[in-house]
Amino acid sequence: MSFPWANEYKPKHPAMVWLDEKLPLPRFVYNAVGAGYPVPRNLNYMWNFGVLAGFCLVIQIVTGIVLAMHYAANTEVAFSSTEHIMRDVNWGWMLRYAHANGASAFFVVVYAHIFRGFYFGSYKAPREMIWLLGVVIFLLMMATAFMGYVLPWGQMSFWGAQVITGLFSAIPLVGDGLHQWLLGGFAPDNAALNRFFSLHFLLPFVILGVVILHIWALHIPGSSNPTGVEVKSESDTVPFHPYYTAKDGFGLAVFLFLYCAMLFFFPNALGHPDNYIPANPMQTPAHIVPEWYFWPFYAILRAFTADLTIPFTHIVLVPAKLLGVLAMFSAILVWFALPWLDTSPVRSGHYRPRFRKIYWALVIDVVVLGYCGGSPAEEPFVMISQIAAAYYFLHFFIILPLVSMTETPQPLPFSITESVLGKDEAATLAPAE
Amino acid sequence: MTQTEVAEVMEPGGAQGVRRRDFIEVAAVSAAGVGALAVLVPLISQMAPSADVLAESSTEVDISAIAAGQAIKAVFRKQPVFVRHLTPVEISEADKVPLSELRDPQTLEERTKPGKKEWLITMGVCTHLGCVPLGTGQGEPKGEYGGYFCPCHGSQYDTAARIRKGPAPKNLVVPDYVFSSPTVVKIG
Amino acid sequence: MPRLIAALVGAFFTLCLLIAFGTGLVSYISEPPAKTVEAAFHKAPNEDFHLQSDGPFGTFNRQQLQRGFQVYKEVCSACHSLSYVAFRDLKEIGYNDAEVKAIAAGFKVPVYNAATGELKTRDGVPTDHFPPVVYGGSGSPPNLSLITKARHGGAAYVHSLLTGYTDQPAELLKKYPESKTPDGLFYNPYFANLNIAMPPPLVSDGQVSYKDGTKATVDQMATDVAAFLVWTAEPKLEKRHQTGWPVLGFLLFASVLAYMAYRNVWADKKH
Repeated sequence: MSFPWANEYKPKHPAMVWLDEKLPLPRFVYNAVGAGYPVPRNLNYMWNFGVLAGFCLVIQIVTGIVLAMHYAANTEVAFSSTEHIMRDVNWGWMLRYAHANGASAFFVVVYAHIFRGFYFGSYKAPREMIWLLGVVIFLLMMATAFMGYVLPWGQMSFWGAQVITGLFSAIPLVGDGLHQWLLGGFAPDNAALNRFFSLHFLLPFVILGVVILHIWALHIPGSSNPTGVEVKSESDTVPFHPYYTAKDGFGLAVFLFLYCAMLFFFPNALGHPDNYIPANPMQTPAHIVPEWYFWPFYAILRAFTADLTIPFTHIVLVPAKLLGVLAMFSAILVWFALPWLDTSPVRSGHYRPRFRKIYWALVIDVVVLGYCGGSPAEEPFVMISQIAAAYYFLHFFIILPLVSMTETPQPLPFSITESVLGKDEAATLAPAE
Repeated sequence: MTQTEVAEVMEPGGAQGVRRRDFIEVAAVSAAGVGALAVLVPLISQMAPSADVLAESSTEVDISAIAAGQAIKAVFRKQPVFVRHLTPVEISEADKVPLSELRDPQTLEERTKPGKKEWLITMGVCTHLGCVPLGTGQGEPKGEYGGYFCPCHGSQYDTAARIRKGPAPKNLVVPDYVFSSPTVVKIG
Repeated sequence: MPRLIAALVGAFFTLCLLIAFGTGLVSYISEPPAKTVEAAFHKAPNEDFHLQSDGPFGTFNRQQLQRGFQVYKEVCSACHSLSYVAFRDLKEIGYNDAEVKAIAAGFKVPVYNAATGELKTRDGVPTDHFPPVVYGGSGSPPNLSLITKARHGGAAYVHSLLTGYTDQPAELLKKYPESKTPDGLFYNPYFANLNIAMPPPLVSDGQVSYKDGTKATVDQMATDVAAFLVWTAEPKLEKRHQTGWPVLGFLLFASVLAYMAYRNVWADKKH
């Protein structure tokens, strides 16, 4: 679907006319990210992150394929093949740092993209499918990043694999069997490393596929915008090219500057020193922490320190370990329900005063959770993470539905054009709604 | 620049103004192109031999233990190299052959170092399709010409490792080497 | 209905968390966690320690790296291996081919003959890596190749550890009498659990005699070997910095151009 005023692809060069008849690929691109896609004219810089996320995926796939030409997925040599890349392969150090920091950059960008969606109600009808596919992408990214971190076979790789696959052993009845099946053994070893490598190579292409669906679904209703008011007339939109290609180009240049500054000058700042120690199944590091992008969820996992028992007895209903696992997965899976939990008819946080307050409270809460998740499992971090995790669940499961039912939104502009220009000619002509 | 010229450049609707605008856009797209090309450098050169492989691009072989009539197979750049200590009979056999009879005419002198005619050092890679010819080990067939015999397609090399019979087009290749001492050869 | 289910799920997790919080709080108040001896006496590496390789403009001081290598070879290499480094790499810190060959020949490299099952050694050649060190004593001396990247604090940690040996403070023995350093271990406040198996390796000035005439004080030797270990861990550091600046310069230029192009494209559109 597109708006009736969308530009139509009209190839001029005979070769392009010929190609368009046989395989309308140029037409497809033109309508997807070219002058044939009308986009709201009022998008702010928060709308740059979608394109940036796509670019990060490309960086990861390109550098990843190249690294796979030199890496060896075998516990005997995985660590030294990584060092071989760092020391002997031409530009190997740069490619590996680009990939490792690329993962972090990808998560920075995707978190910005997700929190933009939270604030501006991008998950609301008619864009539920875009949102659901986005959550699927995020889950796939987490799986990919986790398995990628195992590959260098350092201490954190090994113990991360041990701890994360151990989560599955918390599942009643089938847990232990499932755990062994996942690892292909009793502890992370060659079988696990090899399958993680295989899946780490596969999943990015699955992500790419879901990204295409995500963008396809986006083109049905068209992009959302900061007012949350749907596009009404041609003056509300501009063609994607050249307007947003230029803006995304600028965003991309700034992103690349920051990314390269990390890559060339602080390449290990986000990593953990223990991963430069080869994996040792006989000795656990003092503090096992995942990469920073998992910290908030890791904090939720660790916050469940008490078994759920029948009051005044010692009969355990749900052990703490299982609670933590359930809670951690629920913390992400709840995003799938978001379009139905937030029932407010107004999309944008700009016009929802109460929602805005709880939104910023959530941002702070997630930062606190992240800090606790990266800290050792000691007091006061455990107690703080318990309060912060409780607020996280309250926010999504109770406060947000309540606020969306009870708050009075501020008046919306008539149209995007009005919000930009202060007036809209169409508003005076249109019959009162 | 005169006042009028400046005015022309600054005039937004004027032809000069359009040209200036286009220039910035062309420059931005060109910069992106330059950046993309620069990124290709590491992506392509990572496939070239790495430092550890290049470091092994020369090999030293100790030849003091090779008696006349014997040959050894050494490893040079992950490929076999034949070091053969020729007997006087083998040398005279090689010298007897008229160049006109050879498919790839070369004398034994040309294939050895001056004054070291008894040391024949060649790659152990058949010039036909890259098999390793026989003839270095004790009891291996040396072919009809007493040099090397390639079992894959029956190429026969003489005592100077020159092709005499069979499908191979060229003599066994003589790699670059120097005698770094009377008993040590540095190949590559 | 879905919102009711959600509210119940949310309330369930919140309740579980509050129970856990309450239990934790009660035990925190009734028996506050005692400060461990490590928490009380462990010291962070000296922050005033600087090397020429620090910072975004950092480069290697090859003279210093060679001194550091000498310290490694004469002191550390008895127990610590350096096996991710190859002898040929030493050319990067200023040794010539002949010197590298001589250094390599000074190390014995194990060779296993699969046909006979014999384990022998031969003299090293430049293409070999530093051989693994067989250590028979107590403790487990780590491979030093990556040590400055594998420890918080990096080079400063190495320097602080090497120069940080001291007697156990009287205060520590008074407060934690059970934490007296066991026989065979040595007290070092920079080591994670305070007691390290490594005897003080640098004990007296002039323990090595530097060829370049630098006075080999304990502090100097510790600094030099720390600098050397920065190089072994990240031999491409200098190249990384040298590549990074032009890249950032180009991207800054590209960002400015992209911004101007963006403003140009949008010049006639209010947004």
